[in-house]
Amino acid sequence: MHNSPIATADQEAHQNPALLHHFATEEQQKDAASLGMWVFLATEIMFFGGMFCAYLVYRYWYFGDFGAGSQSLSVVLGGTNTAVLICSSLTVALAVRAAQLGQQKVIIICLILTMLLGLVFLGIKGVEYHDKFVEHHVPGPGFHFPGHVPGHPDIPINQRHAQIFFSLYFIMTGLHALHMIIGVGLFAFITYNAMRRRYGPDYYTPVEVAGLYWHFVDIIWIYLFPLLYLIDRSK
Amino acid sequence: MANNVDALYIFLLVVSGMMTVAIFTMVLVFAVRYRKRPGQRAEQIDGSHALEITWSLIPFCIFMVFFAWGAIIFFQERKPPQDSAEVYTVAKQWMWKFEHMEGQREINELHVPIGRDVKMIMTSQDVIHSFFIPAFRIKQDVLPGRYTVAWFHATKAGTYHLFCAEYCGTMHSGMVGSVVVMEPKDYEAWMGGGGNQPLAVTGEKLFTELGCVTCHRSDTQGRGPNLVSIFGKLVLLEDGRTVVADENYIRESILQPGAKIVNGFKPIMPTFQGQISDEQLNALVAYVKSLSQAPSGQTGGRKMATATP
Amino acid sequence: MATAVLQSGERETYLNKEYGIKSWLLTVDHKRIALLYLVSITFFFFIGGFFALLIRLELLTPAGDLVQADTYNKLFTMHGQVMVFFFLIPAVPAVLGNFLIPIMIGARDLAFPRVNLLSWYLYIIGGALMLYTILNGGVDTGWTFYTPLSTEFLNTHVVTAGLAIFVAGFSSILTGLNFVVTTHRMRAPGMTWSRLPLFVWAHYATSIIQLLGTPVLAITLLLVVCERLFHLGIFNPALGGDPLLFQHLFWFYSHPAVYIMILPGMGIISEIVCCFSRKRIFGYTAMALALLGIAVVGFLVWAHHMFVAGISLYAAMIFSLLSYFVAVPSAIKVFNWTSTMYKGSITYQTPMLYAFGFIGLFTMGGLTGLFLASLGIDVHVTDTYFVVAHFHYIMVGGMVMAYLGGMHFWWPKISGRMYPEGWGRLAALLVFVGFNLTFFPQFILGYMGMPRRYWDYSHSPEFQILNVLSTAGATVLAVGYVLPMIYFLWSMRYGKPAPDNPWNAAGLEWMVPSPPPTFNFEEQPVVTWEAYNYDEIKEEVPVAQ
Repeated sequence: MHNSPIATADQEAHQNPALLHHFATEEQQKDAASLGMWVFLATEIMFFGGMFCAYLVYRYWYFGDFGAGSQSLSVVLGGTNTAVLICSSLTVALAVRAAQLGQQKVIIICLILTMLLGLVFLGIKGVEYHDKFVEHHVPGPGFHFPGHVPGHPDIPINQRHAQIFFSLYFIMTGLHALHMIIGVGLFAFITYNAMRRRYGPDYYTPVEVAGLYWHFVDIIWIYLFPLLYLIDRSK
Repeated sequence: MANNVDALYIFLLVVSGMMTVAIFTMVLVFAVRYRKRPGQRAEQIDGSHALEITWSLIPFCIFMVFFAWGAIIFFQERKPPQDSAEVYTVAKQWMWKFEHMEGQREINELHVPIGRDVKMIMTSQDVIHSFFIPAFRIKQDVLPGRYTVAWFHATKAGTYHLFCAEYCGTMHSGMVGSVVVMEPKDYEAWMGGGGNQPLAVTGEKLFTELGCVTCHRSDTQGRGPNLVSIFGKLVLLEDGRTVVADENYIRESILQPGAKIVNGFKPIMPTFQGQISDEQLNALVAYVKSLSQAPSGQTGGRKMATATP
Repeated sequence: MATAVLQSGERETYLNKEYGIKSWLLTVDHKRIALLYLVSITFFFFIGGFFALLIRLELLTPAGDLVQADTYNKLFTMHGQVMVFFFLIPAVPAVLGNFLIPIMIGARDLAFPRVNLLSWYLYIIGGALMLYTILNGGVDTGWTFYTPLSTEFLNTHVVTAGLAIFVAGFSSILTGLNFVVTTHRMRAPGMTWSRLPLFVWAHYATSIIQLLGTPVLAITLLLVVCERLFHLGIFNPALGGDPLLFQHLFWFYSHPAVYIMILPGMGIISEIVCCFSRKRIFGYTAMALALLGIAVVGFLVWAHHMFVAGISLYAAMIFSLLSYFVAVPSAIKVFNWTSTMYKGSITYQTPMLYAFGFIGLFTMGGLTGLFLASLGIDVHVTDTYFVVAHFHYIMVGGMVMAYLGGMHFWWPKISGRMYPEGWGRLAALLVFVGFNLTFFPQFILGYMGMPRRYWDYSHSPEFQILNVLSTAGATVLAVGYVLPMIYFLWSMRYGKPAPDNPWNAAGLEWMVPSPPPTFNFEEQPVVTWEAYNYDEIKEEVPVAQ
C-alpha cells in the first residue's frame, strides 16, 4: 500500500484558517457542510410531516368545523406574513451572492434585512396569537367558538372538532415560529462574523448553509398558510 | 376456527423447524468440517447469482403461502355470519360488562351456548382494552368512541379464560373473566331465570323517552329519516357519499348527528353526547337493528335507502 | 511512516494524548466520544437489566407478591424505554460505529466532530431526564405510550419520560446525519462504495432510517406531551381525537426503529464471519443491497403492529403482505453468512462464537416473525408472550450478541489490550444458554395465551412452570453479561498488549496501531484492494492466548 503525502495540519492552517483539521481540502469541507444541511432538512420534513399528516386526517374528517376555524384566521395578516417571508428569502439569497462576490457591506445589509423581516413575521404572528387569546379560540377550559359551518347555516360548529383545529394551528405555527427564532439567532451570529470580515469568495459556507435552512423554513410556511388559512374560503 | 389457526401454526412450526435445523446443522457442520487445518487455505468464493435467486424465490413462495393461508383465516374472522347472536360489550378499567340481546347482564362472565355463532359488539368506556379468548384463538382491541366486533362459534362445553390483552393501567392483569360454554338446554335454563327485558325493548323505551320517536317516525312524514329497515343498507348522504348503516354509523348519528346528514334532510338533530351511557347507547343501537329484522330473524339485503322529506 | 511520540517516549495514542476530565468532556475525537458513549450506554444497560431482573423475579409466582401492580407496570415500561432508547438504538452506532467508521474509510474523523459531541450531550441530557423520571416515581404507560391511557388516565411522569426520549431522539438523528455525510464525502482515495466494508454499509442503511424515522417519533411524543400539558384532544376520542392516529404515527417510527437496532449488528457479523473464516463475504453486492432493502421496505410495514387494533381488513392484508417482503432480504443475509463459512478456514475465538450464536438466534427470531406476519396467527399471539419472545430473540439473541461479538473483536483496537480468551468463551456460552432458557419458554407461554404486561397470573397457575424456567435463564444470562464488564476492565490494566492486527484481519482499521493515534492515519491511505481481501492475507488467525 503506498500513500500520497497530504499536508499536515500545520501547513493547512497556514493555507486557510477556516479549514478544519479533519478535512483534506476546502472543497471537501464545503461539500460536507452542504450535504449535511440538506440531510438535516430532510429530517425536518419528516418532523413537520408527522404534524401535516395529523392535520390532513382531521381536516378530511371534520371538514366543516375546520373550515370554520380557518375562516376565523386573518388572511390579511397571514398573507402579509407570506409576502414578508418570501422577501426575506430574497434578501438571504442576495446575502449569499454578496458573499460569493466579496461585497462585505452588502452581506451585512442583506443579513440585517433578513433578520428584520423575520422579526416582522414574528411580530405579526404575535398579533395573531393575541387575537386568538382575546377571542377565546385557544384550546382549553375557556375555549368558545360559536357559529356555524361555512355554507351550512343550520349546522353548528362542533366545539371538540374546532378545538382540534386550533390545537394543530398553535402547535404547527408555534413550531414554525420556533424554527424562525432559531434562524434569526443563527443569522445574528453570522452577521457578527460578517462584520469581522470572515466571509468572502473563498469561504462563505455558513452563509449558504444558513440560507438553505431559512429557505426551508419559508417553504414550510408556504404549505402552512394555504392549509390553515385558506380552507373553503369560497363559502 | 381455532382448529384452522392451529393447523396453520403447526405448518409454520414444521417449516420453521426444518429451516432452523437446516441452518444450525449447516453452521455446525461447516464450523467443524472447515476448521483451520495446517497447510489448508480458505477457498475464496465471490458469490453465486443462481444461489441468490434460488434462495430468495423459494422462501418468498413459501412466505406467500403463509400470507394467503393467514389472510383467509383472518377474512373469516372479520366477517361474522349474518344471523349471529349478538352480545354487547362495554369494557372499562378493569372489568368486562356484557349484555345479551335477551337482556341478561353479566360482569366478567359470558355464558354462551354450544353451536351458536356469537358476535361481540364492543366498546370501551375509557382506554383501549382487548378482548382475548385464547381457547378460541380470537382477539380484538376494544376502543373508546367506536364499536369493534369479534365473533366465535363454540363447539365444546367448558369454561375458558377471557383476558384483557391491551395494557390498560393498574389492574390490567386483573381484568380477566371466563367464557362459559353450555349445552343448549342448560343455556336455555340459565337464560330463562331472570325475567330480563330484551335489549331491543330497553332501546325502544329509550327511543320514546329521549324523544327520538318525534322526528324518526315510521312513515314518511318525520323530520328525520325513517329508521325501519335501515340497518345494513347503503345510505345516500347529502354530500354525495354513500355509507353503510352499521353499528358505528348509528352510534355516530346519535353522538355527532352533524357528521353525516342523510340526503334530503336538514341538520336539525340534537346531539346526545354526554347525556347517555354506553349501555343506553347499546340498547338504542340494538333497537334500531331490530327494526330491520324480518319475521324470520334475518336482516334485509342491501338496497339503496331513499329518504323522502 | 513517522509515528508521533510523546515526551515520555511512549507512542502517542488517542488515549494518552491528553489527560484530564476536560480533555474527555470537550473532546471532538470520534474515538473518545465512542468511549464516552460506551460508559453511558453500559450504565443504562444495567439499569434496564435490573428492571428486567425484578420483572422476572415477580413472575416466579403467579400472585403479584414482590411488588405492587403499579410498580410492576412501571418496571416493564421503563425496562422497555431504557433498553430501546438508551441502549439498543445508540449502542452499536454510537460506540462501534463512531470509533470505527472514520478509520474503516480512511478518514481522520467524522464529517462533523463537534456535532458528534453534541450528539453525546443530547444523549446525556435525555438520559438525565430519564433518570429523573425513574427516581421521581417512574412512568407506567408501557414503552408504547398508547393513548388515551397515557394522555388522560395516568398520573405518572409521562411528560418527562416523553421529553427524555424526544431529546435522545435528536442524538440519534445527528449521529445518522454524521454517518451519512461522512460516508459520502470522507472516503479516502480508492475507497469506492463497492470496496466499503459491510459494517459501513450497515451503518449507512441504519442512518437513513434514523434520519427519516426518528423525527416522526419526536413530533408524536411532542403531541402527546402537549396533549397532557394543555388538555388537547388530538389522540383522545372523548375530545374528538383518534387513538389509532397515535398508533400509526408511533409505529411509523417504531417499526423502522427495530431495523436501526439490528442492521448495525448485521454489519458486525459480516466482519467477524469473514475474518474467522478467512474468506471474503459470499455475495457482497447482495449483502449490501439487502441492507438497503431492509431499510427501505422496513418503512412500509408498520401497521403489522396493529392488526387487531381496529384497522380495516384490507389495510391489514396489505401490511401482512409487505411484512413478508421485508423478510426476504434478512433470509438472504443468513444464507450468505452460512455460505461464507463454506470452505473457509475457521477458528473459534470469542467473536466467532458470538457470530455463531447470532446466526442461529437471529434465524429463530426472524422465523417467528413470519408467524406474526400471518394474520390468522397474529390475532391469537399478538399482545402475548409470543411477541415478547420474538422481539427478544432478535434484539437480545441477535443484536446484543452481535454487539458483544463486536466489542470482543475490536477491543484490542480500542483499548490496546487483549481480553482473556478463556473467560470470553465462557461468557459467550453462558449468554447463549441463559438467553435460550429465558426466552424459548415464552414462545410456548404466548401460544398458551399468557398476555403481556401481566403482573399477576394467579387465575392461570398453568403458566408458572414456564415462567420459572424463564427466570432461571435470566439469572444465567445476567452472569453472562456481568463477566465481560469485569474482564474488559481487568484487561485495561493487566491484559496482554495488543498488536496492530491480533486477528490478521482485513480492513483499514487493522492497519493502524492498537490503540490508534488521535488522527488515525499519519498519511491518508490510498486504497487499491477490494473489501475482505483475505486471498491476499497470507496469515491465519493466531492461536488463542
